[in-house]
Amino acid sequence: MNIVVLLKAVPVVGTERLDSGLLTDRSVQLEANGNDEYLLEKALKLTETHGGETIILTVGPAGSTEPIRKALAMGAARAVHVADDAIRGSDMRATLEVLAAALRKMQPWDLVFAGADTSDGQGGVLGAALAVRLRLPYLSYASEIEPTDAGVRIHRINLTGYDILEAPTPAVVMGTQLLGAPRYPSLRGIMQARSKPVEAWSLADLDLAPAAVGGGAATTKTLDSAKPPERAGATFVREAPDEAVAKVLEFLAGRRLI
Amino acid sequence: MAAIWAIGEIADGQPTKLTLELATLARTLAANSGGEARTVLVGAGASAAGPAAAAYGPDVLAVEVDGGLGDRPAAAVIAPRVAELVAQRKPDFLLIGASNDGKDVCGLLLGLTDLPLLANGSGVAWGDGAPRVEMSTFGGKLVTHSTFAGTRGMVIVRPASVSAEAASAPGVVETVEVSVGAELPAVKVTGSVEESGAAAPIEEARIIVGAGRGIGSPDGLKVIEDLAAALGGAVGATRAVVDSGWVPYGQQIGQTGKIVKPSLYVACGISGAIQHKVGVQTAGTIVAINRDPDAPIAEFAELFVVGDLFEIVPRLTAALRARKSGSA
Repeated sequence: MNIVVLLKAVPVVGTERLDSGLLTDRSVQLEANGNDEYLLEKALKLTETHGGETIILTVGPAGSTEPIRKALAMGAARAVHVADDAIRGSDMRATLEVLAAALRKMQPWDLVFAGADTSDGQGGVLGAALAVRLRLPYLSYASEIEPTDAGVRIHRINLTGYDILEAPTPAVVMGTQLLGAPRYPSLRGIMQARSKPVEAWSLADLDLAPAAVGGGAATTKTLDSAKPPERAGATFVREAPDEAVAKVLEFLAGRRLI
Repeated sequence: MAAIWAIGEIADGQPTKLTLELATLARTLAANSGGEARTVLVGAGASAAGPAAAAYGPDVLAVEVDGGLGDRPAAAVIAPRVAELVAQRKPDFLLIGASNDGKDVCGLLLGLTDLPLLANGSGVAWGDGAPRVEMSTFGGKLVTHSTFAGTRGMVIVRPASVSAEAASAPGVVETVEVSVGAELPAVKVTGSVEESGAAAPIEEARIIVGAGRGIGSPDGLKVIEDLAAALGGAVGATRAVVDSGWVPYGQQIGQTGKIVKPSLYVACGISGAIQHKVGVQTAGTIVAINRDPDAPIAEFAELFVVGDLFEIVPRLTAALRARKSGSA
């Protein structure tokens, strides 16, 4: 079973900023998107148990190399890194086309794994859109993923527990943090990662025209950006418990919250 | 003159609260653009759920679905039917809720229709010929506004971005037949498991009491639950508490969990790491109870009670109960 994990290289959480064109500044240090690492961990466990390879697919700027190397150090067999200056500023639709083209070129594989969303975009929709484009089953919000004889079975979380979903493979699976915490790379893994293949693809390798993607083709645009109004800062209550509780009640009553 | 559609969801035979918020929003945007609004409900029982949605203004397009699709996930049934309706009637803008099913519907529609998409909207106003979408970007570090380059598109709208308000003149319910050329590749729901401890969706709670690492153990959760009950609120938690298995993932607040907007958030034993902050910072009022006055939550809490939550919280619960019985 070969699993492609979509790994987005995002600005280190807390350091994000927009550039002068109101695009996410991705010249800062990048890390693997937190939600993608849960899927990577699950893919590694599945391929370790059932055979096959975990393959990373990243679309992103040069700074994506470090998170890709980390994924290889964790145990992925190889990676594809799609990088092209023309991709910068792509909207959701263009990103979808680039990912779909890369996944077609990477075939055959059995599963594509996508994280629930990204810290710098918070869409959580590309897995579903990719499945439609690739004409494959889409299974989402997985808290468990396991192979079956001819396909895949997942637990899809809902408000009261989970549904059990099944589909034939190849398929696209979007998963959650409940799949389990990602491992740390071992020293041996870090050494091995240095000799693992990372294929670099440009738009030309995917037969995509630069004009079809990037800021020039974007169907959405950011108009403005501002810091949210600052919260005034906390008023501290340092009294003994009974007095402190009285103060909290007074505060809440004053706000008509109780 | 834009046609704006709210794409709704049905749960237990009724439109969800988020659906009513979207219907209210579609009504407002249509009024401001001089256009018309519709609410679309797809699924078994759509017609029966229609009047409850129509009370919020827009006429309802109710698409009944034949029982043979009952073993497919909801989004896989909704999306191709909405895509077909969109192809027939050509609305300008779709509003879709940021629930799990809503985001799945939106993703499938992105693949099916090629409509431009703005995800993660926390507010939508009518702008220059298109919706102007407010977003809380980078977990709330920035508030940005975005719009569409053209005259069509989809917006994913977070829960509680607007309050649902019934209209003075309710809409009518039109039951429409939609035949889909091809269903999406088959995914079967083969079972369903109920888990104990599952609670009401925290996105809809007016008051949330949050449990952090400071609760120390699963037993510590009891005092949090008691306070939530006394306040008439729900229990939320940080990732550390959820990872420990003390609280279900559905109640996790933060970057990899839910983003919530209650009127009151009481953070108990929560340090306020950036990953948690992004989930609650748009709450109306935040009260923190923590032993460490230097905890980062001081930066975004309004009232900070410095103390042991096991001394403060039970007293607060008792005082709230006494207050309630006193006023009853």
